[in-house]
Amino acid sequence: MNLEFTAEDNAFRAEIRAFLEENYPKDITERLGAGEEATKEDYVRWHKILAAKGWSVISWPVQYGGTGWTPTQKYIWNQENARIDALPLISFGVAMVGPVIYTFGTPEQKAKFLPGIVSGDVWWCQGYSEPGSGSDLASLRTRAVREGDHYIINGQKTWTTMAQHADWGFFLCRTDPDAKKQEGISFILVDMKTPGVTVRPIILLDGAHEVNDVFLEDVKVPVENRVFEENKGWTAAKFLLAHERSGIAGVARSKRGIDKIRQIAGTEFADDGGKLIDDANFRRKVAELEIDLTALEYTELRSLAGENAGKGPGPETSILKIKGTEIQQRVTELALEAVGHYGAPYFRGFPNDGDNAHPIGPEYAHHAAPRYFNVRKTSIYGGSNEIQRNIIAKMVLGL
Amino acid sequence: MDFDFTEEQTMLRDMVASYLSDNYSFDARQGVIKSGSGFRPAVWTAFAEELGILGASFSEDQGGLGGGAIENLVVMEQFGKALVLEDYLGAVVVAGGFIRHSGWSGGPALAEQIIAGSAIPAFAYAEPQGRYNWADLKTTAKKDGGAYVLNGHKAVVVGGPNATHFIVTARTSGGQRDAAGVSVFLVDKSTKGVVTRDYPNIDGPTASEVYFENVSVPTANLIGQEGKALPLVERVIDEATVASMAEACGVMEKLHTLTMEYTQTRKQFGQPIAQFQVLQHRMVDMFIQLQQSISMTYMATMKIDSEDAVERAKAVASAKVQVAKACKFVGENAIQLHGGMGMTEEMAVSHYFKRASLLRYLFGGEDHHMVRYETLSFGKAK
Repeated sequence: MNLEFTAEDNAFRAEIRAFLEENYPKDITERLGAGEEATKEDYVRWHKILAAKGWSVISWPVQYGGTGWTPTQKYIWNQENARIDALPLISFGVAMVGPVIYTFGTPEQKAKFLPGIVSGDVWWCQGYSEPGSGSDLASLRTRAVREGDHYIINGQKTWTTMAQHADWGFFLCRTDPDAKKQEGISFILVDMKTPGVTVRPIILLDGAHEVNDVFLEDVKVPVENRVFEENKGWTAAKFLLAHERSGIAGVARSKRGIDKIRQIAGTEFADDGGKLIDDANFRRKVAELEIDLTALEYTELRSLAGENAGKGPGPETSILKIKGTEIQQRVTELALEAVGHYGAPYFRGFPNDGDNAHPIGPEYAHHAAPRYFNVRKTSIYGGSNEIQRNIIAKMVLGL
Repeated sequence: MDFDFTEEQTMLRDMVASYLSDNYSFDARQGVIKSGSGFRPAVWTAFAEELGILGASFSEDQGGLGGGAIENLVVMEQFGKALVLEDYLGAVVVAGGFIRHSGWSGGPALAEQIIAGSAIPAFAYAEPQGRYNWADLKTTAKKDGGAYVLNGHKAVVVGGPNATHFIVTARTSGGQRDAAGVSVFLVDKSTKGVVTRDYPNIDGPTASEVYFENVSVPTANLIGQEGKALPLVERVIDEATVASMAEACGVMEKLHTLTMEYTQTRKQFGQPIAQFQVLQHRMVDMFIQLQQSISMTYMATMKIDSEDAVERAKAVASAKVQVAKACKFVGENAIQLHGGMGMTEEMAVSHYFKRASLLRYLFGGEDHHMVRYETLSFGKAK
């Protein structure tokens, strides 16, 4: 047992920190800090900076553009990114379809698709969930029918994150309707510009447009866009769900969230006229949150130590998902509580019209309620926390 | 002892429910929000004329129906179920409370206008720095001959954009947080120097930042005694808190009903998800939270007219601790059990959740009221 990072780890951290300070666009920090939302251009710009350095796909095998970093180094990378609130790279290419392609794809598929993911030139989206298939994903009904050297795809996908920006999508489609649920599914790559693909926005409760319905109507896709064997797509899908769970706990970002709460509470007043951070009840809640987060951090570090020793992440990563999302939700709840009356105004309802003489609350309050509402999704998506508990019951406890 | 509503109260409830069912569909409500308004004049006119509810809680000699807190509870619970946007809380519960408890000479005339629907006061009590301490006031009122001159900034005045008047708390003497020196004024919104910046709240109603820039208010508009109005303000806010809890109960009942309906329709793994025991227990716990909240809201409603200020305050504080916690539990779980659908703007459940989340903190959340309760029970913590 040893909690120390090695001298090499510390040198690595210093290198990462220097790189981020030098290269992360300051204007993005400023705009996002002022409450603006990140644009597609912001994501792509940062991706390209990282790609130039060779750090856009850090977890990939070196031959495809990865870094060869140890799990501890990747952990440090995540920590340092969170420390400056750097934009995360969009995961659909880097963390999802990329690993599926280099693991299951043909040499032609690797040559065609991996470079665009590494460079950030191609934006991917994920076509998994359907209106009738959420937690029970394997019940999906989107059909791909083979006609010569093409598939004709018909169906509907939903909750497709940032499909409005996507060049390509990876879709789970049923290719054998008579097979048992998980069998008979294929993993197919679709050019989003193909005729018959329609993306329709879904507006979330905080007013944000992050997710979409994707309608597929007689979409004609060459058979060479299928990854892995026909009817074996579930293997690729499962691989993807288990892959790159590191960072799922969001420890470093929750730490940043708590730092922000401390800042807000150091500005806001409590009922007694003192600072909110000196209020016994409020600081108790912040302290409880920090302690819960510390427990999660060390649970994650134990899992990381296992990975360093060559054991792959197991179903206990469900612990990280459950606790990580619960903590993220509590961070936003506490931020909403901290801003008091100014949690109510809806910032999308008062676009900055330059009326600085009559401000509507402090800037840090504008996103408090929307974030609290928005992060409800984290205990729903990626396998709801109820499903995660089922996984632990079955796979870990053997119940 | 009984917890039954009188025949008149039951009629009032049914009448309001029936009107809202005909005129206040979810789609109609969303249309009002999208139009940028938080208010339909025709609805307010119907409240005044067709339903007569604006006078339900006013005394008969003021032209009302002689009701009180229970009538407000009945109305607010229905408003919660329909997510009514119009500010009955400020215009009737708060304004009516100030008129009833202050003996203010201008009261009867204002009551008459409120009941008729021609005066719609909004309550300007919160300040950017004050959190839930109603005595923490930077807004000042200085006597100048036959008038008071108001200066200051009131935060998040719900109903502000459609109000005709503001009921304003201001400091006439003393330090920023002193109990002594608090006064209350009625300010006509059209008075010179009243500046408003309007916006929607995230849960649907509209609100304003209200700035007073050397606003001259006649001395006749002083409600209650100069500098001694804090107990009056606290009493009225307690009444408003109780009414808002009744609204929260209506909101939570809908959250629970919608969740029950959805989970019995939504199928995964070949069965309605309501068949899963883990979800059944969650819905049972939501139901228990709702029932406990209704019980506490009734308790507080029945004690709100007590002349014992401590008993009254403890009743309200204890009830709000329960209701605030329930707003979180019922709201968050309603979304969780709806899954992705609960996250969408198009589903009513997300709007009930947003309302519940803000009602949780309105006039102070569970921490504020827990401290109040502890202090009233045990004295100040050392």
